[in-house]
Amino acid sequence: MEHYISLFVRSVFIENMALSFFLGMCTFIAISKKVETAIGLGIAVIVVQTITVPANNLIYTWLLRDGALAWAGLPDVDLSFLGLLSYIGVIAAIVQILEMLLDKYVPSLYNALGVFLPLITVNCAIMAGSLFMVERDYNLAESTVYGVGSGASWALAIALLAGIREKLKYSDVPEGLQGLGITFITIGLMSLGFMSFSGVQL
Amino acid sequence: MSQPTVKEVLFNPIFHNNPIGLQILGICSALAVTSNLKTAVVMSIALSLVTAFSSMFISMIRSQIPSSIRMIVQMVIIASLVIVVDQILRAYAFSLAKQLSVFVGLIITNCIVMGRAEAFAMQNPPLLSFMDGIGNGLGYSAMLLTLGVIRELFGAGKLFGFEILSLAKDGGWYVPNGLLLLPPSAFFLIGLIIWGLRTWKTEQVEAPAFKMAPQVINKEAY
Repeated sequence: MEHYISLFVRSVFIENMALSFFLGMCTFIAISKKVETAIGLGIAVIVVQTITVPANNLIYTWLLRDGALAWAGLPDVDLSFLGLLSYIGVIAAIVQILEMLLDKYVPSLYNALGVFLPLITVNCAIMAGSLFMVERDYNLAESTVYGVGSGASWALAIALLAGIREKLKYSDVPEGLQGLGITFITIGLMSLGFMSFSGVQL
Repeated sequence: MSQPTVKEVLFNPIFHNNPIGLQILGICSALAVTSNLKTAVVMSIALSLVTAFSSMFISMIRSQIPSSIRMIVQMVIIASLVIVVDQILRAYAFSLAKQLSVFVGLIITNCIVMGRAEAFAMQNPPLLSFMDGIGNGLGYSAMLLTLGVIRELFGAGKLFGFEILSLAKDGGWYVPNGLLLLPPSAFFLIGLIIWGLRTWKTEQVEAPAFKMAPQVINKEAY
């Protein structure tokens, strides 16, 4: 149990998706002008990440890994080169299915998340979650925890940034730095803050 | 809209319409791989090639793609190209591929590739799309190489791993600035580069979201 808790804490704070690996930056910067929308997107990312990382883990373990097809009588087949293609396919499919399910059964949530769901397919944080899972050889339980944790880390970061930017618009920024420039510098400072977690040993 | 010329699509993205500086595309990898010049160069080449070829292929079949599934078609084309790049890197430069870790795979979700496919290749003929891909790749590379040079030169005193500024700890004169090797410095540098770019090309400056009203009733101030 302790192992999973420390994995969770590590994925949220020390290996923060947005602030220490710079993943999902495009949406991170584009959708962080308002706290409300940022939180909506953050929740959508947590949901999608929680589903896709374990799903990709199953696909990797049972279909793609070297020797994974032994159950089908093909112990010599190594399909791991198809990884990238299948992960992105799984992500796109899950986002699509989630959109349809939410539309049918939970319309209120669908209306809240609706606009953000399609954006998530191209969010690199989601793809990276699956790739890191493969690179670090997580098993199914670990990858579920990692999925929740890394989704939460991204949501936390975007909510924080949106909070700062809402206040920042009242300050007097030099002309050329207005908008994108100052946002980058803000993120830099935030990421400097998050680096202080990197000394934590778990 | 008139057909853009080859020269325009090739050189505009470098300064006028830089994918990182203005379009806010493809920032993730720009930050993560620039702590030394070698990975930055490899990443730039990989991304330029993928963008160029994916734009070309998508543009070739653009009239056959049904619009409802165009995202998936684009994704499949891009992913296949990235797999080719990934396999080549693993075969010929394994240690480099390990260093780039997941970032080669993340070219798939790099917004530059997708964005150019969607915005340019779906409307334009193959050759022009190819050039547009190269052009945007160049814009991205320009940013990446600048970052890579600054970070490696001042952070470690080296370029491509060769010593340029002799380090103080080996009896030289240069004390390296360790901050530049750390992730946050990439943000600061991009912020400053954008500032410079916008001071030079003032039409890129964004309007402030909120303007302070001037203090008109000065009685209340006292």
